[in-house]
Amino acid sequence: MQYDHILIRYGEMALKGKNRKSFIMQLEHNLQQQLKDYPKTKVKRTQGRMFVLLNGHDPEDVMEKCKNVFGIQSMSLAIKVRNDEDEIHDAALWALKNAIDVKTFKVTVKRVDKKFPIRSQDMNQTLGKYLLLNTNGFTVDVHKPDLELKVEIRTEATYITTSVVPGLGGLPVGTSGKTLLMLSGGIDSPVAGFLAMKRGVEIEAVHFHSPPFTSDRAKQKVLDLAEKLTSYGNKVNVHVVPFTKLQQHIFREMPENYAMTIMRRIMMRICERVCRKESILSITTGESLGQVASQTMESMNTINEVTNFPILRPLVAMDKDDIVRVSKKIDTYDISIRPYEDCCTIFVPKSPKTRPGREKVNQFESQTDFTELIEEAVKGIEVVTLSGKIDAEKEFDDLL
Amino acid sequence: MIYLDNSATTKPDPAVLESFQQTSGRFFANPSSLHPFGGESEKLLTKAKKQAADLLHVQDEEIVFTSGGTEGNNLAIKGIALEHQTRGNHIITTDVEHPSVDEALKGLEQLGFEITYLPVDENGVVSVSDVKNAIKDKTILISIMHVNNELGSIQPVQEIGEIAKEHPKLFFHVDNVQGFGKVPLKIAESGIDLCTLSGHKIHGLKGTGILYVKQGTALFPLFHGGNQEQNLRSGTENLAGAVSLVRALRLISERKCEGIEHMRGLQRQLRERLIEMEGVEINTPEDAAPHIMNVSVPGMKPEVIIHMLGVQEIYISTKSACSSKQSDESKILAACGHEKDRSVSALRISLAYDTTEEEIHVFMNALSETIDQLKTILE
Repeated sequence: MQYDHILIRYGEMALKGKNRKSFIMQLEHNLQQQLKDYPKTKVKRTQGRMFVLLNGHDPEDVMEKCKNVFGIQSMSLAIKVRNDEDEIHDAALWALKNAIDVKTFKVTVKRVDKKFPIRSQDMNQTLGKYLLLNTNGFTVDVHKPDLELKVEIRTEATYITTSVVPGLGGLPVGTSGKTLLMLSGGIDSPVAGFLAMKRGVEIEAVHFHSPPFTSDRAKQKVLDLAEKLTSYGNKVNVHVVPFTKLQQHIFREMPENYAMTIMRRIMMRICERVCRKESILSITTGESLGQVASQTMESMNTINEVTNFPILRPLVAMDKDDIVRVSKKIDTYDISIRPYEDCCTIFVPKSPKTRPGREKVNQFESQTDFTELIEEAVKGIEVVTLSGKIDAEKEFDDLL
Repeated sequence: MIYLDNSATTKPDPAVLESFQQTSGRFFANPSSLHPFGGESEKLLTKAKKQAADLLHVQDEEIVFTSGGTEGNNLAIKGIALEHQTRGNHIITTDVEHPSVDEALKGLEQLGFEITYLPVDENGVVSVSDVKNAIKDKTILISIMHVNNELGSIQPVQEIGEIAKEHPKLFFHVDNVQGFGKVPLKIAESGIDLCTLSGHKIHGLKGTGILYVKQGTALFPLFHGGNQEQNLRSGTENLAGAVSLVRALRLISERKCEGIEHMRGLQRQLRERLIEMEGVEINTPEDAAPHIMNVSVPGMKPEVIIHMLGVQEIYISTKSACSSKQSDESKILAACGHEKDRSVSALRISLAYDTTEEEIHVFMNALSETIDQLKTILE
């Protein structure tokens, strides 16, 4: 015997009025995408829930993949049997025997199909008794069981499920529009992207590349980070902006302690250009208040002046420790700490202005014309599409 | 040829051989070298490790590539014993372990360690309460196999893991060389600290293996040197071996669900036919692993049967290949309490996913003819 279904519950989404249908369709699509490597699986919708039919694939492996899909509240492995008392007994016994870390259990029978001859209450008792008689070392605990064995007798079949595994929560990626994530290569920005995705947002990323000051390995690092993010959604386009000339110009022409602020304003202008071109409606950054010079309230105010596109800052209220914890959970931490220079760590001024005012900055910027350089940078953008399994992932597939 | 000795070793999958050959030729650079070519080798090694970890549902850094089951068992047992001897010198094991566990422990006994060998029941299974009762303050290790290599009996490692969890100071090692791909085992969730796998039992190559070492488990290495493999096993990595092994792991993982069902079906057929045969006694218990069927033909020399079948290109074995050159008696069957005429006359038939019904059919006919012939000669 073996688990042949995964039952998917989607909680929050079920409440979303008229959008409900499109939310569910998106979740179904995202699940199918996520399970591409398991070609025999099938996703099925029924009222208020979803099933993944395993068709012989390993239940644990498939479940692991489902844990990456936003919009799932919880999941359970399920066995489907016919509405037959003996079959239900056998399957429940198997499920109990195969449960891990379980000493106490409880049986909950729900008889949706009233044609089934045994009433729920009676079935609870006979099944519980059958399980106790055929096992050793288990006891029943109706209040706080280690395992609740749920038996749902529906018209088409009976489903037996055991432990409830939490999903990622949130909303299915693709239901809340698209944002442009500024991906530097640090610890924060991938976490910001992940949290935006959690609210159903699809992401594209932008990265500012300054060769030869930043190496190809630094660029690869960013692509690897974007690649990680694809496991929670669909493909991610990374817009790599050639930034060397602009950066050199800023640091040559502008006062040293304002250069950082001005650099970030120019990055924002370029981001807005990318957004307009790709019909993206917002920009997302990994900023958290007060972490570094560019992330004070004054700094934010001054940098934000150059665009009226909304800037999402999912980390704004998070402590560094919490951010690190999430980055470890989503497996981006080890990539983020690779020791390559990025465009923010070169040309670091000795004492950047922590409270840069708008007026001063506008005054400095008016002394030089960045238009042409910005134009050139935008034209030179290289778009790299990461689709879950890029070359780096596939690189050794002929061997492994 | 009908090959039914898959518990001794398996035929390498052509895709595994291909992977070994390609990797050896294309990525010969030392993964520790700083140049980009070395970097490529390192990248491949990292990816192989990651894939192995994913397939086993454990962390990347918990995978140590070894030269096989014997090394894995030795590294686990001696590694724990030497590293933690100041904490205690008592180790618990069973009477039915593979020689690479058994002899390693005998070696430690000579160094002053105290070993408790637990008995097994007639099915070759150790009792969980015996394990529990054997634990003392100075116990540092429990080493118990998952699936027995001669009988296919499954040890209650999950339950033993539960007990081990209650004693955070001792380590639990599981020799899973015969179990992988045959009897599911959730390594990370079963209280296991060390788990041995071997490549050549799963259609990989000889000289390849994995020791799972749970995060935070300190081991005294068997090999000192350049600190490869998380400082646990020095020596330039056998990259081609590791890569080919991970491919073998993947191929098995992809097929295991149907593979196990298939073998179980064949095992059932074997059992049904063998039960009918006069003079044949079945040693493998009903709830054993699906790939092993051990029987005794008391009064007949098993070697003779092996040779007579061998002439017809049908290959089975006596007891395990690792001990078949020693004395006649199966230590395992003796430990199950069988009489000598039964424990000296054992035959082991071991299956693979690719074994066919037709092969089982031909083998069974050949076996029954062979036994009939021998009977007339002996009469």
